Amino acid sequence: MNESNLKKIEVKNVTKVFGKNVKKATQLLNSGKSKNEILKTTGATIGVNKANFDVYEGEIFVIMGLSGSGKSTLVRLLNRLIEPSTGNILIDGQDVVKMNKEQLRDVRRKKIGMVFQNFALFPHRTILENTEYGLEIQGVAKAKRKAKAKESLKLVGLEGYEEQYPNQLSGGMQQRVGLARALANEPDILLMDEAFSALDPLIRKDMQNELLQLHDSMGKTIVFITHDLDEALRIGDRIALMKDGQIVQIGTPEEILMSPSNEYVEKFVEDVDLSKVFTAAHIMKPAETVQVDKGPRVALTLMKNLRISSIYVVDKQNRLLGAITAQGAKEAAETGATLQKVMIQEISTVPAETLLIDLFNLVSTAAVPVAVVDESHRMQGIVIRGALIGALAGNDVYINNPDIHKTDDLKKVD
Amino acid sequence: MNGLPRIPLADWIDLFVDWLVSRFGGIFDGVANFLEQTVEGIVSGLGLIPAILIALFIGLVAWLVSKKSIAIFSFTGFLMIDYLGYWDAMLQTLALVLTSVIISIVVGVPIGIWASQKETVRRIVTPMLDFMQTMPAFVYLLPAIFFFNIGVVPGVVASVIFSMPPTIRLTILGIRQVPRDLIEATEAFGSTTGQRLMKVQLPLAMPTIMAGINQSIMLALSMVVIASMVGAPGLGEEVYRAVTQLKTGVGFEAGIAIVILAIVLDRITQNIGRQNQGGNVS
Repeated sequence: MNESNLKKIEVKNVTKVFGKNVKKATQLLNSGKSKNEILKTTGATIGVNKANFDVYEGEIFVIMGLSGSGKSTLVRLLNRLIEPSTGNILIDGQDVVKMNKEQLRDVRRKKIGMVFQNFALFPHRTILENTEYGLEIQGVAKAKRKAKAKESLKLVGLEGYEEQYPNQLSGGMQQRVGLARALANEPDILLMDEAFSALDPLIRKDMQNELLQLHDSMGKTIVFITHDLDEALRIGDRIALMKDGQIVQIGTPEEILMSPSNEYVEKFVEDVDLSKVFTAAHIMKPAETVQVDKGPRVALTLMKNLRISSIYVVDKQNRLLGAITAQGAKEAAETGATLQKVMIQEISTVPAETLLIDLFNLVSTAAVPVAVVDESHRMQGIVIRGALIGALAGNDVYINNPDIHKTDDLKKVD
Repeated sequence: MNGLPRIPLADWIDLFVDWLVSRFGGIFDGVANFLEQTVEGIVSGLGLIPAILIALFIGLVAWLVSKKSIAIFSFTGFLMIDYLGYWDAMLQTLALVLTSVIISIVVGVPIGIWASQKETVRRIVTPMLDFMQTMPAFVYLLPAIFFFNIGVVPGVVASVIFSMPPTIRLTILGIRQVPRDLIEATEAFGSTTGQRLMKVQLPLAMPTIMAGINQSIMLALSMVVIASMVGAPGLGEEVYRAVTQLKTGVGFEAGIAIVILAIVLDRITQNIGRQNQGGNVS
């Protein structure tokens, strides 16, 4: 990702209280009362409770939580579709909360695009007219806005549908229009409120992939709201987890999975299909190797001392050449053959970012543990069956420190 | 009555009406003049055109906005009114209805739009509409006579008061029932209130607003007999006379002419509403 650590959006102590007794509720909130207590005493509902986070330029920031957690409210505070009760929201260093109507309108027109859960297309306008809308209200000349809208539709793969009406399109296509409409203004920031939640699972996955591709090529800052952890893990550079209006944890997908900050997060991530999240890098063990120019007796001794039944043969650059079993080494020692001659050369190898789900077949059929290698075939580790099963069972003992790995790997593999 | 003093509400209202007449008499005269000339203008204008042409024109319009059967009904219906001898009376009724409805639209739609944007306005307007619709229409006739003398004008005024509420109500409803997420979308893209209204809310509310106008037309037509009591000429006058003179046949003749006019106006305006919908409102 092109994260230049430039803060695009800064959310500082933002609170939203719904209801009449906003002042009292805010006071109670500051004194540490819970959402339920405040509801009982004042009748006010806490929508968002002192949210603090930054979104960096060019990243996909996912806000995740169950319904009623305040995530949709939070995203609407960013462009003030809902007025925050207290706090500051800085976009490119400018405080949105302090803006007057005209300034706010300008920010909404030029800087922020929004995509909605139920598409929110205008049913009386054609696809092209829908896509033009943002430019039209800015007073952009007709020819120019048409050209831009067409370009935007092309970007989402909807060329040729310009003159159709929204109800003539499938859900997935309608949401593409929603995306095209948001992109037509060329905003820096895209707010996507459960944008794919109304789509069926196959289409949703397609859209996620396309969003990632678009993001790669355009480098927009995206704030993505979802209730679906799998979706969050797939597309998020960083994830903020919300509960009862509060952000309970912010981190990369791996940080959230590996070190849940509290019981709630732990529970949330409990049901994740770990085989689609963890990679070979997470579960590989250091491999025992012997250099190829050493003799079979060295290999045999090593195996004996380490109490293992096979060892990997590498060259001086640690490149994997093959493996040799105790049996093979013994025979070689007796006949005086070199390691090169007796080693098994057909070893299954995988790159480090292979998902566990893609490892099952290999691991179950391999005679010697599957080797993990890098691009130049250098040995990185091995995957043993016990670790694979242990990791899937959620046993931390078998899971390596995620920091050795970049977060991108999670989403690149599909 | 339990020894309680009676509230002299009737006296207060009389005093208020007297005060209005003496204070604003000039304005009422001006309004009366304008309305009378509008109605008479329509009557004499249409009177210049031969009945057959008007019948043809109405038939054609009906054909354009809906289907052939309604076109044929409109054409033969209008001819029948002519052959029954109620053509002039029908023109006067049509003029009365058109004038009332146009005023209802010109005044009602903007009020409806305003009320749909501002909750306080809606809270004030709604009970007024309830009052206008439920107060027996005869009651309006009395002050209308004081303000505007007898003739077609008090008839128009009473019809407007009686027929305007559906236009206002359905304008409010139509705009308010535009889905919340569409409004959010317009705002998220930075629309002004006017842009939101003109580009999204009103187009989507159009079928509902047209239904309201259709209702207004029907209510205005239902007022024609009552309006004739204060001297408004037209089909209502014929019915009223037939009733007072116990002429059953004449009463039905004029009544049927009103029914034909009602059906034609209803079908045409209903279909204009449907056409505007364009089949794109999901």
